[in-house]
Amino acid sequence: MTAGLIALWAILHREALRFVLQRGRFFAALVRPLVWLVVFAAGFRAALGLSIIPPYQTYITYDVYIVPGLLGMILLFNGMQASLSLVYDREMGSMRLLLTSPLPRWWLLTCKLIASTAVSILQAIAFLVIARLWGVKLPWSGLAFVLPALFFGGMMLGALGLVLSSLIRQLENFAGVMNFVIFPLFFLSSALYPLWKMAEASPVLARICALNPFTQVVELIRFALYGALNTAALGWTVLATGVFMAAALWGYDPARGMAQRKGPPADA
Amino acid sequence: MKQWLSALLACVALPAQAGEIWVTNEKDDTISVIDVDTLEVVRTIETGERPRGITFSKDFSKVYICASDSDTVQVMDPETGAILHDLPSGEDPEQFVLHPDDTHLYIANEDDAITTVVDTQSRTVVAQIDVGIEPEGMAVSPDGKIAITTSETTNMAHWIDTSTQKLFANTLVDSRPRHAEFTTGTNELWVSSEIGGTVTVFDVATQKEKAKIGFEITGVNRDLIQPVGFEFTPDEKIAFVALGPSNHVAVVNAETFKVEKYILVGRRVWHMAFSPDFTKLFTTNGVSGDVTVIDVASQEALKSIKVGRFPWGAAMRPTKSKT
Repeated sequence: MTAGLIALWAILHREALRFVLQRGRFFAALVRPLVWLVVFAAGFRAALGLSIIPPYQTYITYDVYIVPGLLGMILLFNGMQASLSLVYDREMGSMRLLLTSPLPRWWLLTCKLIASTAVSILQAIAFLVIARLWGVKLPWSGLAFVLPALFFGGMMLGALGLVLSSLIRQLENFAGVMNFVIFPLFFLSSALYPLWKMAEASPVLARICALNPFTQVVELIRFALYGALNTAALGWTVLATGVFMAAALWGYDPARGMAQRKGPPADA
Repeated sequence: MKQWLSALLACVALPAQAGEIWVTNEKDDTISVIDVDTLEVVRTIETGERPRGITFSKDFSKVYICASDSDTVQVMDPETGAILHDLPSGEDPEQFVLHPDDTHLYIANEDDAITTVVDTQSRTVVAQIDVGIEPEGMAVSPDGKIAITTSETTNMAHWIDTSTQKLFANTLVDSRPRHAEFTTGTNELWVSSEIGGTVTVFDVATQKEKAKIGFEITGVNRDLIQPVGFEFTPDEKIAFVALGPSNHVAVVNAETFKVEKYILVGRRVWHMAFSPDFTKLFTTNGVSGDVTVIDVASQEALKSIKVGRFPWGAAMRPTKSKT
């Protein structure tokens, strides 16, 4: 197991290096949710009357409502970014180096997931600090609970990224990921509008939103921010993590995976 | 040392102060009783038709309720919830105020353009004073010498000398004055104007306007900013002003007359009452049918509690400590 820990350390270290060296990426990841908070939410601040839904105890302004959704957005984009970097690693050949390690593949992929989730959590904390300075007040008690919620959410979306990276052949295809994965996941969720509001427009859409695993992540974070546990959301998040992880392992299995079926990797 | 001791005593005594907030539900003909510690409705009591104004006697042994559509003021035993008797109030009593003598009720009769003075002991009408059209806001000065009626359509505050029960002054305010309160330390009268969207501050000694407070909430149409009920903190440094359909309560610095903050509450916020220790403020939100609890120190909304339909008035009743 020491070898496993060394691998975890090495992968974490590599991810940390990437994080430190690519400061632009860090800021870019922060700017995106901040634009939503500062511009988008400001426009709706007073206009959108929200009724009281759990975990809220009283009426809230729209900027308070979308903070959990924007934390989810950070996790989502980072998960996809991680998948992008895996495709890059594969093109550059460092992936092969990693996967030839005698350690079990599931462990290597899990290490990769933990590393990218750690980066996501750092960005989420930075976002929370800025949101607080911007005037969005959240109870301090929730901060301890939000870290595990961010971890579970980050792992799930990271696992989704792994599945995608096993499917994507080339970096250029990443635009497709944006169009067909990130946008539907984000917009068909409770990140920007509560599901009851969605149900007023279309019950079918609301149903789809409820099934969206990203909605579960957002709700898990939303409840955690108020020191509450949304058991259903946690259950679905863990289940989705398991399913995505299994799919990723299948995808990365050289004997059966997509890589095999699609022929040798590009750098071969 | 004495000061230090009394401060310590105050600290020890404060958390033990249990109490209830009594809220009249205009459309349900009921009172919802909220426990100030658990922030839950613990009792619902039936009243006459369309209960609006509510106030307790000084010793809290009786509660007076304006049952507007029953054309009466009901007197209730707060322990049992039983109606003890009615008071002759004149037609359509909306708001009233209990004189510091604990005996005389000054009642605004909205439909009749009069203020009725009722002796709660003998249960008789002592006087009826002609005032402007649609009287509503009622206040009595802390020394008991002056009573105020505001009339919604005449747009005036009418000053009543309580020794003669006659008007001695009338002052114009902005459109639709709804509520009036005296301050003790600064000897001021505050009157809120719903349509005018302002609160006018008068110097009681001269009945001259001293200041006018306006409100502005980013993103909320000016027409929706309609000041109604308001309350002062015990030190009279801060006034909380309910701003009706703008769904906000304004925090006003009562020394500079500047608005310091707006707190988001439920829809069409109307009146309010403090908890016995003045740490929490309960606002009645008519359209959303709930009561929002505001933490007075942090000036943040803590929770909104569902009550009956169209909660209107609110009054505090201290109860025995549970600890």
